[in-house]
Amino acid sequence: MTTTETEPDQEEAQEERPIGFGRLLRKEDPRLIRGMGQFVDDISLPGMLHMAILRSPVAHARIVSIDKSAAEAHPNVVAVITGEDLAAQGLAWMPTLSNDVQAVLATDKVRFQHQEVAFVVATDRYSARDALELIEVDYDWLEPLVDVRAALDEDAPIIRDDLDNKADNHIFDWETGDEAATNEVFERADVVVSEEIVYPRVHPAPMETCGCVADVERVSGQVTLWCTTQAPHAHRTVYALVAGLPEHKIRVIAPDIGGGFGNKVPIYPGYVCAIVASLVIGKPVKWMEDRTENLLSTGFARDYVMKADIAATKEGQILAIRTNVLADHGAFNGVAAPVKYPAGFFGVFTGSYDLEAAHAKMTAVYTNKAPGGVAYACSFRITEAVYLVERIVDCLAYELDMDPAELRLKNFIKPEQFPYETKTGWVYDSGNYEPAMRKAMDMAGYAELRREQAERRARGELMGIGVAFFTEAVGAGPRKDMDILGLGMADGCELRIHPTGKAVVRLSVKTQGQGHETTFAQIVAEEIGIPPEDIEVVHGDTDNTPFGLGTYGSRSTPVSGAAAAMVTRKVRDKAQIIASGMLEVSVADLEWNKGSFSVKGDPSKSVTIQEIAMRAHGAGDLPDGIEGGLEAQICYNPENLTYPFGAYICVVDVDPGTAVVKVRRFIAVDDCGTQINPMIIEGQVHGGLADGVGMAMMEIIAFDEDGNCMSSSLMDYLIPTALETPDWETGHTVTPSPHHPIGAKGIGESATVGSPPAIVNAIVDALKPYGIRHADMPLTPSRVWEAMQGNHTPPI
Amino acid sequence: MQVPAPIEYERATSVEHAVALRSELGDEARFIAGGHSLLPMMKLRLANPTHLIDINDLKELFYIREADSEVRIGAMARHRDLLDSELLARHFPIFRDAERVIADPTVRNRGTLGGSLCQADPSEDLSAVCTALDASCVITSSDGQRVVPMHAFHVGPYETAVANNEMLTEIRIPLRPGGGSAYQKVERRAGDWAVVSAGAAVWMDAGTIVDGRVGLAAVGPDTTSIQPVAEALAGAAPTEDLYQRVGEIAASNCSPETDGRGTAAYKTHLVAELTRRALRTAVARAQRQEV
Ligand SMILES: Cc1cc2nc3c(=O)[nH]c(=O)nc-3n(C[C@H](O)[C@H](O)[C@H](O)COP(=O)(O)OP(=O)(O)OC[C@H]3O[C@@H](n4cnc5c(N)ncnc54)[C@H](O)[C@@H]3O)c2cc1C
Repeated sequence: MTTTETEPDQEEAQEERPIGFGRLLRKEDPRLIRGMGQFVDDISLPGMLHMAILRSPVAHARIVSIDKSAAEAHPNVVAVITGEDLAAQGLAWMPTLSNDVQAVLATDKVRFQHQEVAFVVATDRYSARDALELIEVDYDWLEPLVDVRAALDEDAPIIRDDLDNKADNHIFDWETGDEAATNEVFERADVVVSEEIVYPRVHPAPMETCGCVADVERVSGQVTLWCTTQAPHAHRTVYALVAGLPEHKIRVIAPDIGGGFGNKVPIYPGYVCAIVASLVIGKPVKWMEDRTENLLSTGFARDYVMKADIAATKEGQILAIRTNVLADHGAFNGVAAPVKYPAGFFGVFTGSYDLEAAHAKMTAVYTNKAPGGVAYACSFRITEAVYLVERIVDCLAYELDMDPAELRLKNFIKPEQFPYETKTGWVYDSGNYEPAMRKAMDMAGYAELRREQAERRARGELMGIGVAFFTEAVGAGPRKDMDILGLGMADGCELRIHPTGKAVVRLSVKTQGQGHETTFAQIVAEEIGIPPEDIEVVHGDTDNTPFGLGTYGSRSTPVSGAAAAMVTRKVRDKAQIIASGMLEVSVADLEWNKGSFSVKGDPSKSVTIQEIAMRAHGAGDLPDGIEGGLEAQICYNPENLTYPFGAYICVVDVDPGTAVVKVRRFIAVDDCGTQINPMIIEGQVHGGLADGVGMAMMEIIAFDEDGNCMSSSLMDYLIPTALETPDWETGHTVTPSPHHPIGAKGIGESATVGSPPAIVNAIVDALKPYGIRHADMPLTPSRVWEAMQGNHTPPI
Repeated sequence: MQVPAPIEYERATSVEHAVALRSELGDEARFIAGGHSLLPMMKLRLANPTHLIDINDLKELFYIREADSEVRIGAMARHRDLLDSELLARHFPIFRDAERVIADPTVRNRGTLGGSLCQADPSEDLSAVCTALDASCVITSSDGQRVVPMHAFHVGPYETAVANNEMLTEIRIPLRPGGGSAYQKVERRAGDWAVVSAGAAVWMDAGTIVDGRVGLAAVGPDTTSIQPVAEALAGAAPTEDLYQRVGEIAASNCSPETDGRGTAAYKTHLVAELTRRALRTAVARAQRQEV
């Protein structure tokens, strides 16, 4: 395995307009920065109507009656639709991405606060909203189930009485690893440390909320849906299955998307309602949810209560980890994970360490809270897994009184062990952990920081240094193992080179801000030597792109990026044959020099890719058996996941009087394999780190005992600002993926996965003088202070 | 997008016009100043006024000036003006301390002193500032003006002494020798409302505190000014013991509630801690040891 380290100053020297990989300004930015992007809410069609949704004010109640007559009498209202109306069409329920069903509009009872109950369509957005207040709903209040720990109690209220014979709130049990072997290791271990670690419910809170414009043409039956979706093709197929329409009658268009983070993977009732409304009324219908609707009803993330045990020798050799997880899935199981993975990729909770045994058990339950669990970074539960292992390893360091960085270094999987199969069956494709860790420690000045900390502690000051090392499993996934609702997780790609040598590449994935229009042009450029500015990236429109499962779980580069490289190679192979005809030599005698083929040993005899493109479309002869044109299409089925990793170090200062935490420094060394655009990678890392500050220190979707959501606006659901975040210090190592055509791994979620444990570890480390070994997120000043008083309580 | 309920809009051209409109349009009409409290409530439909009377054209209410041993501030002075004012920074540094941590620049560019006081949100910062400084409020109607001290201005949470035919037009702060003031706030995140804030102002003579006041925010309905604090400070020598004691008095005179911003115990602790810190700085400033 080769790992290279690049120093930042070397990169600065790189050319500014690389033909291929390198720092290239984002092609999408001129339009986005100038406000010329086109988001769903910018779409306006002739005759378009507006929809607003009436939502439940309570978490659990039977619907006794709904009176919509006053709303219907509103002069600007065109239609008012309830669950009963939908039920008459067989549309009151829809499938979720986890083979559960979810109410489109509630018919029998409401199961979480802000659940969809009815909708109004009016000639303008204001009237639609006004008319909601004219709908009278009579609710019969039911006891809500809010506390996840009580979900399986005998006397717990049953939430899903819509399901046949459902007499409890149990969704599934899941386990991985070898329980007996793990218990055996625990029995003989010198040291066992146990902790309950909670990853509270958080929300992706993208800047753009969810919404759509639905346009159903009544004569042809053609459905066009402009929608905030991260997965246009997957959505289209689900609509096709539900409506019994052929896919070609449905066109899903994801225009510019203002952030997704997994929030825009599911199909929300609002989309279905808008389609129904357009079908019934025969006019285009727009629905854009407001901020409160987004926070209260759309896909949340996390909500795992994890009991963890770690076993080790007294010298600090980690032997085994086991965990028992209680997962809160809300009122409907809407998790988007490959079918065989109900707990996502939580199995990577063994982290970056070479263990003797590991075992995890999980129970997932319903509660009277919004459904989801799909989001975000990383939807497939890697965030929870990494947090668990990185927190429990720190608890072990605390008990052993060992430096947490040393403890990690001692237990890393060694470079020669890759590909490494974990005790839960995941095959890590490549990794070289120690150089990344050492680099982070060097950048931080780790030893010096520890000295400073000792001095400060002696003066009564609270300084903390947190270390986290993560390994992610991204790029879902090999179709033999992974599908969502039966759809394999492979991705198509098409490349067409025009006669003038300009190109169009069509992707199945969809950017929500990650910069696909730039990086995918660079991947093609790297392979075929056409400048990225001459390569147009087309995505987000099912009529114009090949099938694939979309962008989430950091899968775009590992899957679609591979597809883009492979399709370009296919085109290049054809170009080489055409070049051999043009240069009158055999194919084997040609040499590729990124942009042109030349005759081996005679560089003066060469043809550029642009010349080849013209020839491919021209009037001249082509080699025998070669058709005109220069284009190709493939579908890439990944052989394995890719396993990015990174070493993060966080330094915090805590004011002993107010318990206010200041993140002083954050050092992030990431390894995502081959780097396509280091600038975009840094951007992804910066965003993820800021996200981590939010989750570690302020974000939580909280509920009161009645199931009212306490986080209904951005005044209550806090997102960090530039003032809470330090200047990020980023670095990287490069350990290419051996099975990916360009060696790239994903980077979209690394920092979100890796930063919360680094920050929490730092804060807990600062509180060491108080004898604190663990404290749960979000570590707000109040929660830190309570911990200092010995009153730490879990947030849920 | 959150949208308010239907509404009528009027634009006042003078104070007389504004109060006339207010009397005429009935109980459900509201003035709109910066709009940064009112508009969010309207979008959430927590406030549903029938009419908005826009007072942003009342240029006569935008001043900050010194007159008759007072600093006088027009009700429409914006957070941004209070932050930038050298006059205030010189006499009452508590304003700059507070304005640095109120909301964010976007809100500060619009939000006003008058709107802040009239909103009478128990978490709002400028009431604590004005209380600490012993300010009074000029309330105007078509019948003339009346002057109300801060403690009588706030009638309860979200309720003030301003009647339906009146408007707040000016805030007056007495200028007295030997003054020093400071503000302390703990927030969960920049731009967030206070978990707890404490403002302190002292007036000193020959090393002794002649008069002193503490104003608190976000710890209950009636804590903008605490009488026992003023009593403890009057005539006292500025020592750490005193700050400790006054912090405790403040803590035992507030009634915070546990919520998303923190537990009642934490907030009570903060009252003591921030009161001490604010007093320490206020005294140092009064003694010109620190600017
Ligand atoms: C994101 C955000 C964060 C904030 N953070 C803080 C914070 O940390 N600390 C803080 O103190 N404040 C904070 N605020 C509130 C902000 O300071 C408001 O601007 C201020 O409280 C109200 O001032 P305004 O001019 O915007 O009033 P408006 O919203 O225009 O009016 C508020 C109320 O006062 C009435 N009113 C206004 N002027 C007069 C007048 N002259 N006479 C009679 N009635 C009048 C209005 O009718 C209305 O009822 C925040 C606001 C936002 C949006």
